[in-house]
Amino acid sequence: MTESTMHRSDQSAYAEHLLNEAEYQQNFSDIHTPFSAHSAVVEADRCYYCFDAPCQKICPTGIDVPGFIRMISQNNDIGAAGKILSENIMGGTCARACPVETLCELECVRNTQDDSPIQIGLLQRFATDQASASGAEFFTREAASGHRVAIIGAGPAGLSCAHRLATLGHEVVIYESQEKAGGLNEYGLAAYKMAGGYAQQEVAAILSIGGISIKHGMKVGENISFAELQTNYDAVFMGVGLGASKALQLEGEQASGVMNAVDYIHRLRQIEDLGQLPVGQNVVVIGGGMTAIDIAIQIKRLGAANVTMAYRRSQQDMNASMEEQEFALSEGVRIVHWAQPVGLRIEQQMITGVEFSNGQGPDTDTYTLPADMLFKAIGQSLASIESGTIEFAKANGRIDVDAQRRTSQPGIWAGGDCVAGGDDLAVSAVQDGKLAAISIHHTLIQNQA
Amino acid sequence: MIDLKSTFIGIQTPNPFWLASAPPTDKAYNVNRAFEAGWGGVMWKTLGEAGPAIVNVSGPRYGAWHGKDRSLMGLNNIELITDRDLEINLTEIIQVKKDWPDRGVVVSLMVPCEEQAWKDILMRVEDTGADGIELNFGCPHGMSERGMGAAVGQVPEYVEMVTSWCKQHSDLATIVKLTPNITDVRNSARAAVRGGADAVSLINTINSIMGVDLDQMKMSPSVGAQGAHGGYCGPAVKPIALHMLSEIARDAQCKGIPISGIGGVTDWHDAAEFMALGATNVQVCTAVMTYGFRIVDDMIDGLSRYLADQGMSSVDQLIGAAVPSVTDWNQLDLNYVVKAQIDQNSCIKCGRCHIVCEDTSHQAISTEINGERGFEVKDEECVGCNLCVNVCPVENCITLRELHDEVDPRTGEMVSAEYRNWTQHPNNSMA
Ligand SMILES: Cc1cc2nc3c(=O)[nH]c(=O)nc-3n(C[C@H](O)[C@H](O)[C@H](O)COP(=O)(O)OP(=O)(O)OC[C@H]3O[C@@H](n4cnc5c(N)ncnc54)[C@H](O)[C@@H]3O)c2cc1C
Ligand SMILES: Cc1cc2nc3c(=O)[nH]c(=O)nc-3n(C[C@H](O)[C@H](O)[C@H](O)COP(=O)(O)O)c2cc1C
Repeated sequence: MTESTMHRSDQSAYAEHLLNEAEYQQNFSDIHTPFSAHSAVVEADRCYYCFDAPCQKICPTGIDVPGFIRMISQNNDIGAAGKILSENIMGGTCARACPVETLCELECVRNTQDDSPIQIGLLQRFATDQASASGAEFFTREAASGHRVAIIGAGPAGLSCAHRLATLGHEVVIYESQEKAGGLNEYGLAAYKMAGGYAQQEVAAILSIGGISIKHGMKVGENISFAELQTNYDAVFMGVGLGASKALQLEGEQASGVMNAVDYIHRLRQIEDLGQLPVGQNVVVIGGGMTAIDIAIQIKRLGAANVTMAYRRSQQDMNASMEEQEFALSEGVRIVHWAQPVGLRIEQQMITGVEFSNGQGPDTDTYTLPADMLFKAIGQSLASIESGTIEFAKANGRIDVDAQRRTSQPGIWAGGDCVAGGDDLAVSAVQDGKLAAISIHHTLIQNQA
Repeated sequence: MIDLKSTFIGIQTPNPFWLASAPPTDKAYNVNRAFEAGWGGVMWKTLGEAGPAIVNVSGPRYGAWHGKDRSLMGLNNIELITDRDLEINLTEIIQVKKDWPDRGVVVSLMVPCEEQAWKDILMRVEDTGADGIELNFGCPHGMSERGMGAAVGQVPEYVEMVTSWCKQHSDLATIVKLTPNITDVRNSARAAVRGGADAVSLINTINSIMGVDLDQMKMSPSVGAQGAHGGYCGPAVKPIALHMLSEIARDAQCKGIPISGIGGVTDWHDAAEFMALGATNVQVCTAVMTYGFRIVDDMIDGLSRYLADQGMSSVDQLIGAAVPSVTDWNQLDLNYVVKAQIDQNSCIKCGRCHIVCEDTSHQAISTEINGERGFEVKDEECVGCNLCVNVCPVENCITLRELHDEVDPRTGEMVSAEYRNWTQHPNNSMA
């Protein structure tokens, strides 16, 4: 056994504390510089306040973008936040994490004029930050309806649904398997997008409406049955996200050094001392979406020497936006296209390399990239929630819902990543939860009459 | 590059850019710096009669109206005439004029409305070698309550009387500075002409209150517990100044009296516009109080290039060139017809033209082109009002097209090439 393989066969033998405290601090602090009050007003003043604004139309939650920006330009930051939050209760997270370059900022008419859209994301952040600093409250609850609704999952979809139901006077109980609420806001988004414990701050603001209780450590299907929820509540909303990671289906996938990107990020987001995370020398990431980009950048920022993102098709086919790809490249991540993983090199139960073919490209040669760490970021899938008792109609492996987010089972709604037809963004999960809540409300009121 | 040499009532200066009577011209120190920077002439900060010094407030004397990026659109002040000793001012004027023989130095004056008071001060100014005097009949605050400044300027008989005293008791070239705080500036200008003025200058500042501090619930700025109205100037007043200037320039009774244009002049472009509407030179105050004296550099360069581009060989060719284009409403050609048209290549589809036309005008802009978002003018509704042009954020995207030899789809009538104004119109019962 050579010395190097001996080291590698032991997970704890990955180098630790590659960086000093200040470097970790720097690498994982807020990626955006928030606007000052003056720069926010100047930027807001650039907005043309379009008629039937394209930015608003493309926003999955339909935020009145020109309206809130105009309020900022009039120094009414709190009013602006009110406008944002009334459509999107997670306006703060979306301001940090939305791929605005493919949504509102893509549609901004200023792109046509001078290639520089209004910085809508940063303006939204400014307004929501001002509001949280001020302690302003925007919502009140309607008179108690006497109805109780169960929600599975305290992610963006579940929390959005819960908040809207609470304002409408219903009692909500959320069952959440994790210790903290927020779903991927807390456990999945890149650390530098959600710096400063923002996810929990936002959760607290959402819960302050009252009427929502969260039962943590309660995994539906394990700690409580789905049937019990159906019996004990007037309606059920599922916002369970995608609990399972897709596998490469290659020999040796169980070897050490081969990990799911989301599991690693989950750990990264929770760990106190970033220096304790294992970091490889030659890291390969397989995938072409947001998760792949996020793990590649974060492992690089943890001190990995060489990070290569391998995607099986062309650059245009990647789910990650051009901006995200450019960001990864600027961080020193290498991106290779037309790279289809066909085999894993394993020595002593430890990954040492990944073999690729040129995928669908013309050339079928194979080549090997050395790797002492391999991240799988090829997508998530729906984890089965309960065996046997209940079956939902599905589409593309996810729960099928109608425009009101009703599942095929009466009395059960669903939204967010777990339903078909979405785009796997926090903002869409928020919209699903909101639409489901409105539909649940109408159904409960109707049944009453 | 065209030489900008300028002659104003016999005063020769290297360019037509003067500093208006105000803080920038209050001391030799400032004036020397201005001349070093290249200014053509100065109207020395207004002098009062000998005696106890003028007392200014020690609280804020300026207030401003800002754009969102803090660009200064308008300035207001409650400063009085010079609060420095008369003798010091006169001594400095003598020295400055000696040191800068090729620049213009005119002394602004304001003394009580008594013949002797004017006689006294005129004698003193004549001894300085200054090129002339400017009668401050405009200051709208502080001095007017004492029967001076605007209190004189608002009564044509007083304007005429004081002007004639000055002409009678001195040989100094006399410029009458007019207040805009009147209903028809021509009455003041005609009075100056009758009094024998060599020139008029306008505008002085406009009565104004800048705003209210809504937290402290008091007008702002204020001097302690209360504030008082002040004089408004800067870019915001330029359109008002241009109007008053052109009224005098095209008034027969003013007999082509030379005019010095003032009010919001900030760059060469503004200066050229004032001159085109009849000003022989321009005076600047707010712009130098915003940016310093160095702006005269770009004014000189810009105006000179502009004249060259226009094929003009001196500033004289610019003076009054656009005056014939100004007329009264009842002379406008009612047969002239235009329609807005939107250049689809430069349109960014913000829809502002549509919403303003739909909500506030003639419902003449549609929102779809072939089923897609897009904005187009409906000729059958468009009255050519120019509102869409004004609100469009893209310059030259919306333009007005003249109709000739064709039917106006709005009226269904052939557009006539014949000139017809309101006085000739069949709908005018007085015609
Ligand atoms: C690495 C990564 C980066 C991302 N980056 C971005 C980004 O930058 N911007 C963006 O907009 N989107 C991003 N996304 C997508 C975004 O996070 C999701 O679209 C969003 O979180 C979906 O919300 P959700 O509520 O549907 O699901 P989740 O956020 O996944 O929440 C589901 C919740 O349900 C709980 N749960 C699941 N099953 C059960 C059960 N049986 N019983 C009880 N509780 C259960 C889970 O613990 C979790 O709290 C990213 C996703 C990943 C994986
Ligand atoms: C602070 C201040 C003081 C002024 N003092 C005088 C003055 O003493 N005499 C005078 O005739 N005009 C005075 N003015 C008016 C200016 O000369 C000028 O007419 C006016 O500001 C308009 O020009 P602008 O828009 O370039 O500032 C003063 C203006 C300001 C801002």
